[in-house]
Amino acid sequence: MHESRSFRAIRAVGLTGLLIFTLLPLYVMVSTSIKPLGDVQNQFRWLPSVATIRPFIDIWSTVPLARYFANSVIVSSCASVLSVTLAILAAYAISRYVFRGREVFRLTVLSTQMFPGILFLLPLYLIYVNIGQLTGVRLNGNLSGLIITHLTFSLPFSIWMLVGYFATIPRELDEAALVDGASPIRVLFSIVVPAAKPGIVAVLVYSFITSWSEALFASVLTDAKSKTLAVGLAEYSTENAVYWNQIMAASLVVSIPVVAGFLLMQRYLVQGLTAGAVK
Amino acid sequence: MSSGLSTAPPRRTTSPAKPGRDGSRKRVRKALSSRALPYLLLGPALLFELLVHVIPMLTGVGISFLKLNQFFLRRWLQAPFAGLDNYRLAVDFSSEIGLSLLRSLAVTLAFSAVVVSCCWLLGILGATLLQRSVRGRGPLRTLFLIPYALPVFTSAIIWKFMLSRDAGVVNHSLRELHLGSGETYWLLGDNAFISIVLVQVWRLWPFALLTLMAGMQSIPTDLYEAAEVDGANRWQQFRKLTLPMLAPVNQVLVLVLFLWTFNDFNVPYALFASSPPPSADLVSIHVYQNSFITWNFGLGSAMSVLLLLFLLVVTVGYLAVTSRRRHDA
Repeated sequence: MHESRSFRAIRAVGLTGLLIFTLLPLYVMVSTSIKPLGDVQNQFRWLPSVATIRPFIDIWSTVPLARYFANSVIVSSCASVLSVTLAILAAYAISRYVFRGREVFRLTVLSTQMFPGILFLLPLYLIYVNIGQLTGVRLNGNLSGLIITHLTFSLPFSIWMLVGYFATIPRELDEAALVDGASPIRVLFSIVVPAAKPGIVAVLVYSFITSWSEALFASVLTDAKSKTLAVGLAEYSTENAVYWNQIMAASLVVSIPVVAGFLLMQRYLVQGLTAGAVK
Repeated sequence: MSSGLSTAPPRRTTSPAKPGRDGSRKRVRKALSSRALPYLLLGPALLFELLVHVIPMLTGVGISFLKLNQFFLRRWLQAPFAGLDNYRLAVDFSSEIGLSLLRSLAVTLAFSAVVVSCCWLLGILGATLLQRSVRGRGPLRTLFLIPYALPVFTSAIIWKFMLSRDAGVVNHSLRELHLGSGETYWLLGDNAFISIVLVQVWRLWPFALLTLMAGMQSIPTDLYEAAEVDGANRWQQFRKLTLPMLAPVNQVLVLVLFLWTFNDFNVPYALFASSPPPSADLVSIHVYQNSFITWNFGLGSAMSVLLLLFLLVVTVGYLAVTSRRRHDA
């Protein structure tokens, strides 16, 4: 395709602009995380007066970051593994069988994208309080309740994305196995799941990330001990001073695992995220 | 909506061949189990859907008819029936509660409109500039994706620091470029609206980029070649070929972006905790505040139900209008 000089110029300017917009905040995060406290209390400076790793040491003692980190890992792993496991079974049924209620289920799953989270939060909170009173099983103020509530957004999304991945796996593969006498469950686990492995991992990663970021449910359903990062990180600024260098160091530490996961699975995530819209 | 879902496979038939080996009883049992199988597979997911969506939603609708405040919170099943009182209160625009809900809804709609437009514009710009095999296309896309992969609260925290009056990079740069006093309070008053838009656009436009890039990739290249032979310039190709071909992608993309933005809680919460200035008082945080600060769950639920109805009407209306326009075109 012919490319005019003016188009090339526009492209250079446009991409540079987008790049600056994207990278500036990331640069601010990284550079601030290695500044001493004095640097962040006055005017902004592009470079640290001295580079220090103190913030990365201090973050663990200023607030109980390690505990919040562990809480987040537990909640996000459990919620994503649980929702992906359920979603694999459901997505297999939806993508391979025609049955009564299929469309209703499909539409229900899709329509949950529309629901404001607050709609579920109030009743879930009350139900948890009730269950606690009736059975003594505490679900608010600890992690198990939070894990269940995170399914409200991760389960429908996992089903939605997995149906897309399963649809890309040639049906001839599992039909051949069925003709050979394998049971449908065996076909699912020894043919469809292995073939869709990258997709499944991608969904797992995505659902882990959304759970990692979630603050609405976490702000209500956790207490001092069960706080997750999304809520706990605010504590750096409720102390006497705002430790911006530590906040940025902590932000960096809690971001790296999920960003790395996302970028590693990028190819498959893109495929899954756009499957709903493209075509 | 989804490609995988729309191509409905034909009903699976179990073991078509070998009639001699399979006894008729065995065949019947097999047919039965295959009819039950999809439901068995769906069962666990269905159970959890029931647990986290259906039951809470019905409960939510239920408590919106109750006079449920802090006195009844611990024994909410005994809260007195309030009929439509909560709804009346929420839509009574002569009272402070109704008026502030209306204001919050207006702010949220303005916020969603601006964010969705900016995300789409940046997305289409990026996707167009990266459409052909540009050098560094892959690495660039990866870089652009980082904000989308970043946890929402870290994005908001970084911007909060950047926008802070004294130590922030935004004021600092404006001062250096002589574009302002450099003493603007970005997180207070009407400026809070700008701030919250900035954060949301920064973290969501990569999704538009991704979707539009994928959409453009599915446009056959020979269409462009034909257009070029016909003498269409780049702008004409974009207007007459790319945009129409992207219509179905845009239909879903705009809807998804709108719903995410409209329902967003994480960004305003990370920027302003639970008390944002009026210009950034998005509706989900508004309802949250009405429920948990004043502990009036009945009112909060009524507002959530109204919100859901509103979104339902908007979504159905949007899909109806955009689908018709696509068919007319």
